[in-house]
Amino acid sequence: MSEPLSYLGVALARPKVGFFELSSCEGCQLQLLNNEATLLDFLNLVEIVNFREGMSERGDNYDIAFVEGSVTRKDEITRLTEIRKNAKILVALGSCACFGGVNQLKNRFRDLDWVKKEVYGDFPIETMEVHPLADFVQVDLSIFGCPIKKEEVERIVTDLVVGKTVRHPEYPVCMECKANENICLFELGEPCLGPVTRAGCDAWCTSNRRGCWGCRGPAEGANLKQLEKIMHTYGFDREIILDRLECFGGFASFTQTAPTQDKKSPARRKKS
Amino acid sequence: MIFKVFKKQELARLHELLAVNIVVGPVVKGKDRNGKPLYDFDVVYDFNELALDYTQTVHSPKRFVLPYHETLSTFAVSRDGWEKHVDLNVYRPLVFFGMHACDINALNKLDLVLAQSTYPNPYYMGKRKNLFIIGIDCNPEPQCFCRSMGTDSAIHGFDLFLTDLGDGYFAEILSATAFDLLNQISCKDPSAKDLALYKQATNGKNKHYTAKVETSDLTKILDLEFESPAWDAWGEKCLSCGTCANVCPTCYCYGVEEHVDLDLTHASKTKSLHSCNLIDFAKVAGGHNFRPTSASRLKYRYYHKHRGFVEAFEESLCVGCGRCGAACLADITPPEVIASVRGKE
Repeated sequence: MSEPLSYLGVALARPKVGFFELSSCEGCQLQLLNNEATLLDFLNLVEIVNFREGMSERGDNYDIAFVEGSVTRKDEITRLTEIRKNAKILVALGSCACFGGVNQLKNRFRDLDWVKKEVYGDFPIETMEVHPLADFVQVDLSIFGCPIKKEEVERIVTDLVVGKTVRHPEYPVCMECKANENICLFELGEPCLGPVTRAGCDAWCTSNRRGCWGCRGPAEGANLKQLEKIMHTYGFDREIILDRLECFGGFASFTQTAPTQDKKSPARRKKS
Repeated sequence: MIFKVFKKQELARLHELLAVNIVVGPVVKGKDRNGKPLYDFDVVYDFNELALDYTQTVHSPKRFVLPYHETLSTFAVSRDGWEKHVDLNVYRPLVFFGMHACDINALNKLDLVLAQSTYPNPYYMGKRKNLFIIGIDCNPEPQCFCRSMGTDSAIHGFDLFLTDLGDGYFAEILSATAFDLLNQISCKDPSAKDLALYKQATNGKNKHYTAKVETSDLTKILDLEFESPAWDAWGEKCLSCGTCANVCPTCYCYGVEEHVDLDLTHASKTKSLHSCNLIDFAKVAGGHNFRPTSASRLKYRYYHKHRGFVEAFEESLCVGCGRCGAACLADITPPEVIASVRGKE
């Protein structure tokens, strides 16, 4: 094992961490392994005892559990409860864990049996409505994004190790987008959820000329009412706004209370 | 003040003489959804890239003296302590080729706070002193209200200011460097006809202003209208997204963050421009937020620009470029906000 951690001569504990996945694409965990330039420094900062995607050993003696994915099956509730019991800190890693993610699009349909049949055909499996982790266990920290941004996780893990407070930006993506000297995508004729979505991604999509889909969920005090007016002014209909707001589940509280919104019937969805 | 005139083809020569430095100027960045060109300042490598007849750039030139993110210092951390390294991030002089009067005035206003105050900001000063600015006249856009703010002409803060006379440029020389530079191209003293053309250009420009802000007694009216319901109405529209401050040529508020590197042997201190419209701007240790509502935050941006700054420096912190209103998706524009607070719709 590498030498003991210290910062400014002060000894630091190297936290034991585990990475876990429920229903997800495991892309967030892959992101962590992706940044080769900093991978060794990252691995030196923590002691990984469980990481199916990165190693063969399995341990349950972790301090911090990073859980990716949403809960869609009963056995996942059991597993999640177990992880919660073992961990001192439970981190929801990525939009699926935080809000249900892309998976929760399923909840938008009235008839879940129909969904099951469409997806699995004659080989049905047991699934239920999609839930974020916080519906079942206490989540101590959320790391937003689909996928998560490696740089942000590195900063958060460093902060956890040196004992700094972990803070998320509360303002919307526009702030970072403008600081990247971008021209507003609305001006270029594209819809965007940047004005209402929590920043912290450094305007990843919009800086690459793709409108925001709100994967990080709402900014604090997000002004959805005004966004609706803006979308209307720029010629985007309600369906376009809802498609985006519903995509990752972060805006569930807004879309569920929207008066004209109703759950989509299978027939209507099939036509489109 | 020394005035000269030169033929338009001499401008390329002027650019060539300056091109040994980094040249920044207005360039076309694309087209908006209505097919109108969108301009922004960028490094220019070829004279033909310069779009000197530009209307207005989306972003202000502020970022070249006041970057959105700037590393103030880095630290090499060891067992026994740390070593601090400061880099003012000033490497080479920068030539600004074609800056409108509003933006020149914006830099002059930033100087009041960042260069001429009791504690000048060395990061700003280093970059500001290393600028060579060529100003250029403009045609007022619908959002421009610089005339209301008294910033439609630049008196100082540039090296050379050009006015388009049709065939040539009328040049206003303000620095020895600019004088020496013009000596290297073919130019002459203005004739009576040039003077007439210059006056015609200036008078013609003044007819094109449409937006207006009534500034008479504005500090007092703002003082009296602190509780005005108008603020709530605008606050309801505001997205608290900080776009206005980011495109503003004079907004200089910032936050500082310290980062420890992954290897725990290095750390850095970074300054990022903020906006008083952001929900976490007035949040302090312990979690209390002094301005929890968007209305109160929006109001303070106007109070800083049109009241506090005026009382401190006898001029507004707004140059009337109208970028904030043009960039605001919620259509919040200073002329309308101020008119509503003054009680005239």
